Amino acid sequence: MTFEVGSGLSIGVILATVILVAAMLIWVERRLLSFWQERLGPNRVGPFGLLQVVADMIKIFTKEDWVPPFADKFSFVLAPAIIMTVILMSFSVIPFAPDVGVVDSNIGVLFVLAMASLGAYSVMLAGLSSDNKYALLGALRAAAQMISYEVFMGISILGVVALSGTFNLREIVLAQEENGWYVIPQFIGFVIFLIAGVAESHRLPFDIPEAEQEICAGYHTEYSGMKFGMFFVGEYLGLVLIASLITVLFFGGWLGPAFLPPIVWFSLKVFVFIAFFILLRAAIPRPRYDQLMTYGWLFLLPASLLNLLITGVIILSTS
Amino acid sequence: MLTLIKDTLTSQVVTLWRVFSHLWVKADTVEYPDVQPYMFPRWRGRIILSRDPDGEERCVACNLCAVACPVDCIALQKTEDEEGRWYPEFFRINFSRCIMCGFCEEACPTNAIQLTPDFEMAEYKRQDMVWEKEDLLIDGTGKYHDYNFYRVAGKKIGGKDKGEARNEAVPVNVRSLLP
Repeated sequence: MTFEVGSGLSIGVILATVILVAAMLIWVERRLLSFWQERLGPNRVGPFGLLQVVADMIKIFTKEDWVPPFADKFSFVLAPAIIMTVILMSFSVIPFAPDVGVVDSNIGVLFVLAMASLGAYSVMLAGLSSDNKYALLGALRAAAQMISYEVFMGISILGVVALSGTFNLREIVLAQEENGWYVIPQFIGFVIFLIAGVAESHRLPFDIPEAEQEICAGYHTEYSGMKFGMFFVGEYLGLVLIASLITVLFFGGWLGPAFLPPIVWFSLKVFVFIAFFILLRAAIPRPRYDQLMTYGWLFLLPASLLNLLITGVIILSTS
Repeated sequence: MLTLIKDTLTSQVVTLWRVFSHLWVKADTVEYPDVQPYMFPRWRGRIILSRDPDGEERCVACNLCAVACPVDCIALQKTEDEEGRWYPEFFRINFSRCIMCGFCEEACPTNAIQLTPDFEMAEYKRQDMVWEKEDLLIDGTGKYHDYNFYRVAGKKIGGKDKGEARNEAVPVNVRSLLP
């Protein structure tokens, strides 16, 4: 078996690594958060608390798998599966390194956006089928937030697509080899994509759909055991996905000085963004729900449109 | 509008930087079972009954601690020995109710009941949290080394008559007119 794009080995390794990394993020996030809050975080299980993940997994697997009697059973079970599936599907178009990836799709960017939209179904189904007021409120908020933030998430990366002339993520990375990282010409697009990405993976400060202090845990209030675990890991998978997308679209993917192999460069960049997301969680308070919407529609949408317009004008005038 | 955007952005960036810079601040956590935290001498922890410098029980079973206790966790019964000293026949503290408020220590007129910096009092059985007098009584004087109630009080006990206490004048003979 060879290690090339689309080979069985490649797919297996990517699937395993991505899920493992997402699980390890539970530990990484708790440790980093605690360092920023002058605490130590989980450091009891194994060296540096690294086995905390194992302990958490044992706990979550042995918990009672309970479906509330008032819930709609089919969609209740379906919802956590959707979020895991769509996010893992999105990873299939990410180019990790020159020969590492699942597919080289010509519609890579569109595929990721489509999968992100499907992710909204998971949240909505979870909230609706739970038959719980907090879950329903969370689902309402999640649906509105995800749908509105998807709009300028798409528009903000159109600048990159226009510059590189392709929807293929691997070719976008290769285009950055000649033109330099797109974060420089597309800085506004990068910032908007970052903000929309935080909202899309509902992480703090935009975790309004699952704000613990306001609506318990939002759409997954009624979930426990492994179904909750799938939401939990799915959320971290989304975090990894957004970080990888930022790396691929704006920071040159695996590109970097040759003293480190490409996959290491890719992982390093992704880790920096994951750490940045955790820093956002540690530092910035949650806005009010209507503030989030106003901010999105009245500021981010015009800004992303303007960014696209100016990019288009520059491309046309220089060609 | 532009200044608003600028201020918002700088404020967010400054916030992020300030939080990030906590990375190189030492953690406040004391890793307790491995490292024993410093307990201040006046920490309100496990309750003890102390003895006076002569080695006798300080407690005179006045019941003030039991009255002061907001959760009623102290129970005791007064009795007397042949010398006339009062002491508790039993003295029982239910630590599953105790809230370590220290009101008993404040109420105690003889400095007998004292709170100590020990906080490791977990038990597996609730019954084991009820401490009797022999569990509470210590051999030392606790926080007040010189205080001896019967040596300063006017109460008559065996070996110390009225007027023989420290700083105490001999009682006035009310039947005599002589100075």
